[in-house]
Amino acid sequence: MNPFETLRFAVGGLSANKVRSALTMLGVLIGVAAVIILLAVGNGSSQSVKDSIEKLGTNSLTISSGSGGAFGGGRSTSGSTGTKPLTVDDARALADPASAPDVKSVAPEVSTSQTAIYQGASHTVSQVVGTYPAYFEASNSKVDKGDYFSADDVLNSRKVAVIGSTTATDLFGTVSPVGRKVVIGGTPFTVVGVLATKGGTGFQDPDDTVIAPLPTVQNAFTGFGPVSQILVEAKSADATTPAQNEITTVLMGTHGIKDANSLDFRVSSQESLLSTQSDTNKTFTVLLGAVAAISLLVGGIGITNIMLVTVTERTREIGIRKAIGAPKGVILGQFLAESTLLSLIGGGLGVVAGLIGSHFRIVGIKPVVIPASVWGAFAIAVAIGLFFGSYPANRAASLRPIEALRHE
Amino acid sequence: MRLGLGGRAGAHRRGSPPEAPLEEGPWGPPPVIEVRSLLKTYGHGDATVRALGGPPDPATGASPGVDLLVEQGDMVAVMGSSGSGKSTLMNILGCLDVPTSGRYLLDGIDVGGLDEHQLSLVRNRKIGFVFQSFNLVPRTPALAQVELPLAYAGVRTAERRRRALAALALVGLADRVDHRPNELSGGQQQRVAVARALVTAPAMLLADEPTGNLDSHSTEEVLSIVDRLNASGRTVVLITHEDEVARHAKRVVRLVDGQVVADVRQAPADGPPPALRDPAVFAALSPHALTEAGGGSR
Ligand SMILES: Nc1ncnc2c1ncn2[C@@H]1O[C@H](COP(=O)(O)OP(=O)(O)OP(=O)(O)O)[C@@H](O)[C@H]1O
Ligand SMILES: [Mg+2]
Repeated sequence: MNPFETLRFAVGGLSANKVRSALTMLGVLIGVAAVIILLAVGNGSSQSVKDSIEKLGTNSLTISSGSGGAFGGGRSTSGSTGTKPLTVDDARALADPASAPDVKSVAPEVSTSQTAIYQGASHTVSQVVGTYPAYFEASNSKVDKGDYFSADDVLNSRKVAVIGSTTATDLFGTVSPVGRKVVIGGTPFTVVGVLATKGGTGFQDPDDTVIAPLPTVQNAFTGFGPVSQILVEAKSADATTPAQNEITTVLMGTHGIKDANSLDFRVSSQESLLSTQSDTNKTFTVLLGAVAAISLLVGGIGITNIMLVTVTERTREIGIRKAIGAPKGVILGQFLAESTLLSLIGGGLGVVAGLIGSHFRIVGIKPVVIPASVWGAFAIAVAIGLFFGSYPANRAASLRPIEALRHE
Repeated sequence: MRLGLGGRAGAHRRGSPPEAPLEEGPWGPPPVIEVRSLLKTYGHGDATVRALGGPPDPATGASPGVDLLVEQGDMVAVMGSSGSGKSTLMNILGCLDVPTSGRYLLDGIDVGGLDEHQLSLVRNRKIGFVFQSFNLVPRTPALAQVELPLAYAGVRTAERRRRALAALALVGLADRVDHRPNELSGGQQQRVAVARALVTAPAMLLADEPTGNLDSHSTEEVLSIVDRLNASGRTVVLITHEDEVARHAKRVVRLVDGQVVADVRQAPADGPPPALRDPAVFAALSPHALTEAGGGSR
């Protein structure tokens, strides 16, 4: 008996009971497809979270005033000599490539809340930000219509503004805001650009914003005092840690702090946020994977069940085959080939179904297939076929011919 | 392993435990079947059924067991009432079942000492078994059916097909090779079963009531095939209830309660079977003549 013949017998055995074979394969198919799709959904959701955090800019660091911090800062010792606020000079010191080589750009920002009026329409903008053009890149804010304001606008304190998409629709409706004048807190500004919608899940709508040159906002609203925070962009995602250290060193110098444990500013990165998020996602993926694994196992039990039924039903046939001299190995091979074929075809179709299924959006998540899950699910399905098929096959092959022949 | 075509010659080629070749005394070559004190019981304690070997001796509690010798080329009919142990004996002879005790030498090989794999080789190459209920593999065309033992023997496809076609032609079914069992009459099915049994050219053909389910015409067809096989030197043992069938045998063995009670020779073992010695006379004889000749009490 060559392998080809064993395979032919197995195909013959399976096609003798097409509906049953098809249903068994369906069980394996669903199991394998579930593993692939659910893991792809889990992976896709963590990918999308990662993407949205990266959209904020993993390279960016935020420096805010105050003691302690997410990074590098400890608790301030009691009786500190008072907190020095962040200033534009601090920002200038950070922009020096000699002392902070890993910093790409620096944008000091002041923010306030003001009411904007356009042709009778009034809208309270939660965030009116005064800053430098570098802010746009560091905060990943892209202009959709119009243009950014320039360094020249900053130097000349021009009354120009880039507005968020929510602000734009609230004030202008369907009219294009670019080039129009809007009155913010009593000061008229010319809109030069509208930001692309960021969309966000936070408490604050990131699209409800007005961004204007720093001196303009300071002149009109906040005065030329301290800035509320400084946004720094590192050269690359890998450079954020050295950049953090450089920032700390530079600001300790400008603030005259000797003790690294009593800092009066805080440097925080997106990294901490990212790691919490990916932890949550891992749990999610593992849970989905467990559900999928169970369905695969159920598929495997289906194979065992069907093989047991097949063997019982065909016990007489086994007896006949043994009576005309079929060795145990051949009988074993035939039934093992049948169960393996079931799982092989079922698993193969499951892979196809899984790959097709993960092309569709599932509950708003774009699944991203993990290649290892495809191989893994397929291999496990085949292994299950071999493992669960071997018990009934072995039982069949071990029967004495006369026992098998007398079986009813 | 090569296919043991030549019956006895194959016996000593096998890798089985070296059984001392039986001495060739005045009795000629060793018998194809040699059974000594064979016993088969089912169940335990009070529920024990003695299927073969006879009732226990009241004094010793031991059963005498069955002794049987079948020479090469003989054609033996085993008769007896229902439940007398004929099938039990036949299944043991066919290596389908194992005896509770006793020895069974097939072609001089002690079958009791063979392992599972060697037994399958014996069943494949030395024995052709025909069942009362045909026992064809379902959904399998006649040709594939007959090729099956050759496939298990590892014969190549072309050779297998040639020999299966020859075997089917021998039983007169050359025009039914593509028919499945459910597309064949009972007589045709049994002829396929006979073709399957003889396709590996076994030394011995065992048949458990091969004509039990057939009408008289089909019975004659199957029996004439068996007669021809025996005439060509193959040993045949068959079970039957019918005198008409037993008439074809060279020797009739009667079983009662698992014991051999009569053993009548109707023709010499090394000649042609009765039906082929003098066909005209054989056909003319009525079944009643056999009853007198056999001396049976049925
Ligand atoms: N598997 C078994 N378990 C228990 N008892 C059995 C079994 N097989 C056979 N027997 C018993 O052994 C005895 C002999 O059975 P066997 O089949 O050899 O009879 P037989 O001579 O072939 O009868 P028939 O002519 O009806 O076929 C019977 O009494 C039967 O009940
Ligand atoms: Mg019987």
